[in-house]
Parts: sequence; structure tokens; C-alpha cells
Amino acid sequence: MPEQAVILLAEDREDDIIIIRRAFQQGGIINPLFVVRDGEEAVAYLEGRGRYFNREEFPLPGLLLLDLKMPKMDGFEVLKWIRQQRGFSSLRVVVLTSSDAIRDVNVAYHLGANSFMVKPMDFENVVELSKVIHDYWLHKSKTPQASREPNKGAQKPRADYPG
Amino acid sequence: MKNPERILVAEDDAEDAFFLKREFAKAGVPSSLHFVRDGQELIDYLEGNDGFADRQAYPMPDLVLLDLKMPRLNGFDVLGWLRQQAGLKRLPVIIFSSSAESADINRAYDLGANSYLVKPHAVEELSAVVRRLKTYWLEANANPDSFDP
Repeated sequence: MPEQAVILLAEDREDDIIIIRRAFQQGGIINPLFVVRDGEEAVAYLEGRGRYFNREEFPLPGLLLLDLKMPKMDGFEVLKWIRQQRGFSSLRVVVLTSSDAIRDVNVAYHLGANSFMVKPMDFENVVELSKVIHDYWLHKSKTPQASREPNKGAQKPRADYPG
Repeated sequence: MKNPERILVAEDDAEDAFFLKREFAKAGVPSSLHFVRDGQELIDYLEGNDGFADRQAYPMPDLVLLDLKMPRLNGFDVLGWLRQQAGLKRLPVIIFSSSAESADINRAYDLGANSYLVKPHAVEELSAVVRRLKTYWLEANANPDSFDP
């Protein structure tokens, strides 16, 4: 069990990946950040398939930041898949996208997103938003992950802000 | 991007409700707060049954704060019911319970809670939780459309 909860970022745009990485650094967020570049890769990571077979190397995330528009399998499909897996019903999924179309917001919640965040345009606000997300979902970083390895018995869940 | 304007709080303990109301006011939360005292009353409110038919006085909420241990219908029962209603499936629900037990947290998420906050015992801590809730859910987060079934 890692000391710091892992954050998994599903994002296909290289620029956005760089910005988010840098915003995390600037915001003092030291949780390990793993990046997958499309929906299929996100599913492979969560299932521990292919190059992600080693959980020591690719631990289950405590939080998934999910872009919506991605190649192969989009964020909506990933969400739908996640909520069909028994082991991932408590995986916290925050949609992080440049779309603020109310239809996308509605569909994301309908499919089981925990929260929906619109990517800010300027860097300073990305830093602020990263801090807000980290502070809310991963405040007590010593607490273990919420996601449970499918079919392998429950890990300890966590509250979002344990008192 | 929409921020929640109407928060419905299901809380059976009058004292907890009082302190929560006070902390929301202190934090300068602009949303209106509405209270129900148990799970059955929450369902009646959302369905507009009995005394809750007047939507001016009892508007559809765009965020729900849900206690777990309540008389008649508890929070789990309410969550299970909510997520089966086509129009309420996407309504953001934050569990606000004094229980920090794994079984309760897991079950709440399994039933579709958006977030789980542990209710602190000390008033100073409550004010920190309310500020956090405000920053996240009332300012940063994009909320879906509310829906009147």
C-alpha cells in the first residue's frame, strides 16, 4: 500500500498532460500521478491487464481524473464500464474536461461520475483547481484507496474528508 | 456552469441541523437550505407529496446532504430509491454521517453516493468541513440540471 494515494489521469492531449503535471508540482501535490492516453488504456490499467499487470508498479488509483473526449473509448464509455464492475463502485471518478456543455454534465452524472470539473483556460486556475481537487478527495493521504481489486476481496474504503 | 442554489438536508437530529445551518450561514453559503427529518420525508419532499406540493416553498434541490442513520427510512434506503428514479439518478448526493465505518462507506458508494463526508463531533471541525464542502461543491464543481419528476 503506497503512502500516497495514486491519481490516475486519463487524458489524450499531450499539452493538457504537461499542464496538469506542472500544476500538481506548483500546487505541492506529491501524490504519484499516472497517465493513460485513451479509454482503452484506462480500462487496461484498472483491470491490471497487459503492461499494467504489476500492481506494485501500477497501483489502483484513489482517484481517477477522466477526460471525456478521447480516442478508441471515450470518457462516457469508461465511466459506464467502471460502474458495471463491482470492485470499482467506490472508485472516485472526477470528470475533468474542457466541455461545459450541460448535456455532457448531465450524462456524466447519469453514468455515475462523482463530480464534474471544467478545465480552466489559464494555468493559474489549473493550479487552483488541482489544489481544490486534491484537498477534497485526498486530504488525508495516508488513508488507503477506495477502489477494490475486482474479485479479490475488499480493501479498506475511505471517506472524502475523514473527521 | 451551474452552481447549486437549493440544498436539501436530511437530518433527524435537531441539534445537528441547527449547527449545520449556523455553519452554512457563517461560511456565507448563498444557496437556500431546506431540511427534512428522515428518509421518508425526503422522498415525500422530492415527490412533492402531502405537505411538500408547493414548489415555491419546497423547490427541487440541486444538491442533497444525506445522513445515514435516520428513523423510518434510513439514508441507504433513500439512496437506493433515488438512483432508481429516472429524473433523480444524477442528483448529486453527499453522505454526511458520523459513521466512519468501512462497511457504511462502501455501501454508500455502491448505492451511488457522489461523496462521503464524516460528520465531525467538534463544532470547529464542522466549520472546516462546511467550508470545504462550499469550496468544492458550491464553487468548483459543475452541477447537472435538476429535474422535477
